[in-house]
Amino acid sequence: MRPTLAVWKFASCDGCQLTLLDCEDELLAVAESVEIASFTEMSSATVDGPYDVSLVEGSITTAADAQRILAVREASGVLVTIGACAAAGGIQSLRNFTSVASLAGSVYAHPEYLDALETSTAISDHVEVDLALHGCPVDKGQLLEVITALLAGRRPVLPSYSVCQECKQRGTVCVMVAHGQACLGPATRAGCGALCPSLDRPCFGCFGPSESANTASLAARLAEVGASNGEIRRLFRTFNAAAPEFEKESVAHDA
Amino acid sequence: MTHSRQSSEFAIDVPALARVEGEGGLRVEVRDGAVANVALRIFEPPRFFEGFLQGRRFEEVPDITARICGICPVAYQMSACAAIEDAFGVAVDERVQALRRLLYCGEWVQSHALHVYLLHAPDFFGCADAVELAQLDRAAVQRGLELKRVGNLLMEAVGGRSVHPVNVRVGGFYKAPRREDLRALLEPLRRALGASLATAEWVAGFDYPDVEGDYHFVALRPHGTYPIDSGPIASSHGLETTPAGFAELVVEEHVERSTALHARLGGRDTYLTGPLARYALNSAKLPELARQAATAARLGAVCTNPFQSIAVRAVELVFACNEAIRLIEQYEPPQPPASLVHPVAGTGAGATEAPRGLLLHRYVFDAGGLVRKARIVPPTSQNQLTIEDDLRQVVTHYVDAGLDELTARCEQAVRNHDPCISCAAHFLEVEVERS
Repeated sequence: MRPTLAVWKFASCDGCQLTLLDCEDELLAVAESVEIASFTEMSSATVDGPYDVSLVEGSITTAADAQRILAVREASGVLVTIGACAAAGGIQSLRNFTSVASLAGSVYAHPEYLDALETSTAISDHVEVDLALHGCPVDKGQLLEVITALLAGRRPVLPSYSVCQECKQRGTVCVMVAHGQACLGPATRAGCGALCPSLDRPCFGCFGPSESANTASLAARLAEVGASNGEIRRLFRTFNAAAPEFEKESVAHDA
Repeated sequence: MTHSRQSSEFAIDVPALARVEGEGGLRVEVRDGAVANVALRIFEPPRFFEGFLQGRRFEEVPDITARICGICPVAYQMSACAAIEDAFGVAVDERVQALRRLLYCGEWVQSHALHVYLLHAPDFFGCADAVELAQLDRAAVQRGLELKRVGNLLMEAVGGRSVHPVNVRVGGFYKAPRREDLRALLEPLRRALGASLATAEWVAGFDYPDVEGDYHFVALRPHGTYPIDSGPIASSHGLETTPAGFAELVVEEHVERSTALHARLGGRDTYLTGPLARYALNSAKLPELARQAATAARLGAVCTNPFQSIAVRAVELVFACNEAIRLIEQYEPPQPPASLVHPVAGTGAGATEAPRGLLLHRYVFDAGGLVRKARIVPPTSQNQLTIEDDLRQVVTHYVDAGLDELTARCEQAVRNHDPCISCAAHFLEVEVERS
């Protein structure tokens, strides 16, 4: 019997699920290797759980979703989170640094209609996660590696080093050393292929902190190349604002 | 799905509408054989973008707003740049504008191929998804995936990656692509153009319900060209205005059933943006090949059958592939790749055509270039009330049909407009109640 795959969405932009649909050359083959048992964005057919593998996109931002993720965990064999929202709360975790009431008031006339928690939190804050795929969005190659590895019953090969290594691999001149740009690459997890520096722009950290990232040392260097306190705070407080290493550093730069 | 039916009073529930982007719901009540109430409900968790944009610097806005939607990030980047450049009085090099249009063509091809083949076409074959459709017509699904792949290739070549491109900045681009790298896409784009023409012929053979909407169409209407990235805003009822004027005219209300605001013109009139509106207001300006595709797809100068929106998307696929080829053939790398941008205190508005409709941004900045106030009006908020009107029509048209068919038609009627609920706040649940 083919293993069953389910894809779940919480608060997110749908971009990481779309990355799965963007595997145009592999999509039909994947759909033949696994039974896509629940994937609302792709199919109106659903099969009841349990599911061998669940891919979870998005963060937890409502009381209802905090309950729903428990049911997803219960129904899933292997639970893999996909993307920065699921791994660290995503861009919407910027609410964690202010109050929902003040944010809601600037968007909605009737905040009382809303069900919104005070914080946007990672899936791992609510249930046990077997594997986290990082990125805003995730990388297509890494996503296929995870699916292939799970089908083959092996651990996927995913880098834990920083973007710097990818710059060196592709021969990109360091934008911080050569151009004095405020780059988050030294503290950011590899996976994108060091895209931004290859386009003459500094990394802005969309894959979140690398393993044992020394953010304090990087922040000091950013200040040396001319980044203001506010710029350093905003750099660490964007797409992975609630990842603990980045959060600690942005809070250290709260004016 | 739960069904209950007692003569002319009954209820249908579809807790999760599939093949749309995001989470929402829908409720139709039928009493004595007539539609009594229709409500599109959107319960995608709110993410408060306009709130947390306050205090961010202008350079960050295109990348942050891209995260509203993974399917149309370029639309967010382009409307944001247009609004910010309007606020600061930045003039953009025409070569930069041509490159933006090229990137946007990539998004149109990617998004329309996704919608036509993976989200919408399965409805016309009674299939649950494109995988099932591939069992009936594998060549068609592969053609759609190939089209989508070429759209993504174009986005990667200009934007760095297809979901949340990284090369766009206020004033232009971080780095201009090399001419030879773009020219390498000509061959795949020519094949994609052929696949688009085949798409138009393919959808011409679909069986369309005989439903017509009485639409107030709103779209960009630039001089001499089909709209994508710029132009004044016009409507089928005689409206002509700028993005700033439009921002004044659109009034959004917050109702309990939706975390997406409902937009009305002048606080009163419902309207429709998207392919049907763009086509109705601009079809005369389509290039020859796209007009041939429209004829092949059995379209007149205006299309008011919402189910035929798939045919209009097919024509727009032809247009976007053709336009991308033209832009690459004429491509001159902009030097420098971006205009210098100096922030000033002020307000700016910008509007561009996301694949699913008009996307308006307006920002107020302080003198240091920090956002003081942000307003984003996505296509799906503007289309919500018209989608409800469509549902009324469709339920009336199919009121004697079996519950399964009626439910399927309601879902299809929502998909006709390719709603992006991630944009609007984000998911759909269909619940048709006849009580």
